[in-house]
Amino acid sequence: MNEPATTVLNAREPLIFELSKPGRHAGTQFPPPAAGTAEIPAHLRRAAPPLLPAVSELQAVRHYTRLSQMNFSIDTHFYPLGSCTMKYNPKACNTYAMLPEFLGRHPLGPEPQGFLACMFELQEMLQEITGMQGVSLTPMAGAQGEFAGVAMIRAYHRARNDLQRTEIIVPQAAHGTNPATAAMCGCTVKEIPCDANGDVDIAALKAAVGPATAAIMLTNPSTLGVFEHKIAEVARIVHEAGGLLYYDGANLNAILGKVRPGDMGFDVIHMNLHKTFSTPHGGGGPGSGAVGVGARLLPFLPIPIVGKEGTRFRWLDERDLPQSIGRLSGFMGNAGVNLRAYIYMRLLGREGMVRVAEFAALNANYLLTRLQAAGFEAAYPNRRASHEFIVTLRRENRLYQVTAMDVAKRLLDYGLHAPTTYFPLLVPECLLIEPTETEAKEDLDRFCDAMIMIRREMQEDPEKLAAAPHTMPVRRLDDVRAAKQLDLAWKPAA
Amino acid sequence: MAFIPHTGDDIAQMLEVIGARTIEDLFDEIPPALRARALALPPAMGEMEVGRLLTERAALDGRPLNFIGAGAYEHHIPAPVWAIATRGEFYSAYTPYQAEASQGTLQLIYEYQSMMCGLTGMEVSNASLYDGASALAEACLMAVRANRASNSRRILLPRAVNPTYGQVARTIAGNQDIVFEHVDYDRASGRTLLESVESRAGEDITALVVQQPNFFGCLEEVDELTDWAHRHKILLIAVVNPVSLALLKPPGQWGGGVEGKHGADIVCGEGQPLGVPLSAGGPYFGFMATRMQYVRQMPGRIVGRTVDTEGRPGFSLTLQAREQHIRRSKATSNICTNQGLMVTAATIYLSLLGAEGLARVAQASLQRTADLVDALCRIGGIKTAFGAPRFHEAVLLLDRPAAPVLAALARRGILGGLDLADRYPELGHALLVCATETKLGADIDLYAAALAEIMHPARAAA
Repeated sequence: MNEPATTVLNAREPLIFELSKPGRHAGTQFPPPAAGTAEIPAHLRRAAPPLLPAVSELQAVRHYTRLSQMNFSIDTHFYPLGSCTMKYNPKACNTYAMLPEFLGRHPLGPEPQGFLACMFELQEMLQEITGMQGVSLTPMAGAQGEFAGVAMIRAYHRARNDLQRTEIIVPQAAHGTNPATAAMCGCTVKEIPCDANGDVDIAALKAAVGPATAAIMLTNPSTLGVFEHKIAEVARIVHEAGGLLYYDGANLNAILGKVRPGDMGFDVIHMNLHKTFSTPHGGGGPGSGAVGVGARLLPFLPIPIVGKEGTRFRWLDERDLPQSIGRLSGFMGNAGVNLRAYIYMRLLGREGMVRVAEFAALNANYLLTRLQAAGFEAAYPNRRASHEFIVTLRRENRLYQVTAMDVAKRLLDYGLHAPTTYFPLLVPECLLIEPTETEAKEDLDRFCDAMIMIRREMQEDPEKLAAAPHTMPVRRLDDVRAAKQLDLAWKPAA
Repeated sequence: MAFIPHTGDDIAQMLEVIGARTIEDLFDEIPPALRARALALPPAMGEMEVGRLLTERAALDGRPLNFIGAGAYEHHIPAPVWAIATRGEFYSAYTPYQAEASQGTLQLIYEYQSMMCGLTGMEVSNASLYDGASALAEACLMAVRANRASNSRRILLPRAVNPTYGQVARTIAGNQDIVFEHVDYDRASGRTLLESVESRAGEDITALVVQQPNFFGCLEEVDELTDWAHRHKILLIAVVNPVSLALLKPPGQWGGGVEGKHGADIVCGEGQPLGVPLSAGGPYFGFMATRMQYVRQMPGRIVGRTVDTEGRPGFSLTLQAREQHIRRSKATSNICTNQGLMVTAATIYLSLLGAEGLARVAQASLQRTADLVDALCRIGGIKTAFGAPRFHEAVLLLDRPAAPVLAALARRGILGGLDLADRYPELGHALLVCATETKLGADIDLYAAALAEIMHPARAAA
């Protein structure tokens, strides 16, 4: 592998406001002038038009196309971002979710049988995959799914008049959304450590549970990239203490068809449909955070849910589920995202679903073994990788003063998106690497080759790493200035 | 194999490198007792078969002529909007944490924030929340953090605010002991009157919510409500329709000023009207804007413009110390994933329409609704419910229950509006209707003729 070239494509694109000229417009997009007399009283009208750009249609198209070209994406680059499951988003999912009948459907019209049939089947398939008793598709992202889960747990304890259970236990390595969700639900958070093998510290768990325990929130495989060996014991301890088990589905991709959260003893799970079921990440969203529950939490599921009566589908609401935690969205969640997940699942079917975990694991373990052979240190060398794994650069940091951030930025120069860096925080100088099942062996080899090149650069030219990236539209950005001298919106020159 | 690129040789070579005999060996850390049986799922389908299935399902639902609004509005969406938003570089990118490899998304969000500040008249906007309803819930939680003069966690929520927004706010904020108290609307005008809040003067209240236009489509007297709130150290949360802001006074300018303070404190709403399809209710996006003084209390991602190590301008996520991945249980919200792709669409939409085009859309919608109301009220047995000036929705009162009438219209391929019987039983047989610029005169005539036949069959026969 050769050192990357240093030419920069699309080095700078002006702001759309800088392209704007009064009087210019995309006229074909305007409706005909209203020929009537409907008027708004003067004191409720705005005095001056809003500050929006005035550009031609081509200017807008070219500007946003050029901006798109300044992004890395799955469609253009290997994107091994740990904990994010950046696998191929099949084009069919988008094409068929965007059929005009689906896009034109008003959410408050008569219940659309074709669309609801898809949603009902999606609920059933997710229920089967997770080993749960019921599913609601309404949460709009993973964090909202977590919210729904913890809110259901609170509602369950309240319904039993067990009012003191407001403590949520999370492992130190948990995603930040776990403690933030607990707080949003009015709970307090108790963090417990992990042992040297990355498993939950059982002694610490035993000491933490008690009459105030509402639940434990776990990801399995954990955020450390390893399967939680002692999950059955964890479940027993928490259940015996009167608490429930919450499964954070961030890493569900690793275990599809191999082991089901319901069978592990979990009472509630949220799924990130934008990870495991390959709906797009969209540069930050939308996601979908469907929740599944065991029998105890069924009455509390968020509404609406799709029900079936005879051959007709209908929305179940508060009249059907009077104990529901309620509504989480204006209508019924991210319906179009759920439709994409449905299409993905039909494409894979029962054969394909199991292969997801198998090839995600094959790719992760292959990449881990190759990187170890190249001299990189695994954070948990005695463990199998799940669908992801952690490399720690603490040795390289000591020897060459390079950081995980330097390596991440240098990978961009090699045309590879960086792995997740500095998460989980308890592993120093870490890279959390998740290749996903849709990458070919050649792409994994290319990543290894780049890491080997970067390892050589650490020894021969550490300044080059410290100054990376060299081929992006910008160099490293001044984040301190961004936060201190806030510039959050464009203003015209005075 | 669906989307799996591995050949038999690849698998053999990779297993050899790993030192495993079979792929199954890679799962040997899972306790055998927990292993799943074969999944009961339907068999795999090819793209052709899936395409056919979805096309059939879509056809079942048809393409009715829609006169429902109630929080989701059918507008023309320019072809470039989704042609560009579904480019893989936007569609399949992650949250822009690696700023150097995400300048496209980051600059677009900065432009979006600028446009939302322009529309709302506020100083700062975030990069989106999930939808309008959940944005109001977040706004209420934010108000509790921002209003240091109040300890009550009491929020005044007019009944003229979209009732579903109230339900969602209760679900999300209720676990933090926030209390929502109703404020009634005036039966004659359809507005939230100053008199109806004045009785609360002197009480410890955290925030007052005002929706403009309100759920009935009526225009509230926002200036006097804003000034009243500020006189009593109550924060004002504005819920607005972004298309209406092309014509209406922006929330940042509401009120005549109380001790130099004017304008709403937090502005939020549903972004769907800006280039996002109805799509059975989502994905849409919530927007939120506020004063600079409250920026550290705002939930959600924010993009800032800064410089790189060579002094060139560039963009990055900023003020992340508010967010869950840094602050954990002390974060302003648990939100992580937002509605980025919808923001991409809205930014392209606003660039194509500009201030002039958006005003044309708003004015045409206003006119179409006025035409619709006139046409329907000529039928007989229908009158308008409220006297306040409207934007692009209206409540009509029928001389009979709306549900069977709507069902008869649906059989003719017309969605005639939203029956308000469950939400506002006190109004009698009330129907909320909406027409946007997408409804032509002929569409309105069709609706009026169908409704006349349904309500007065004898007259139609004669």
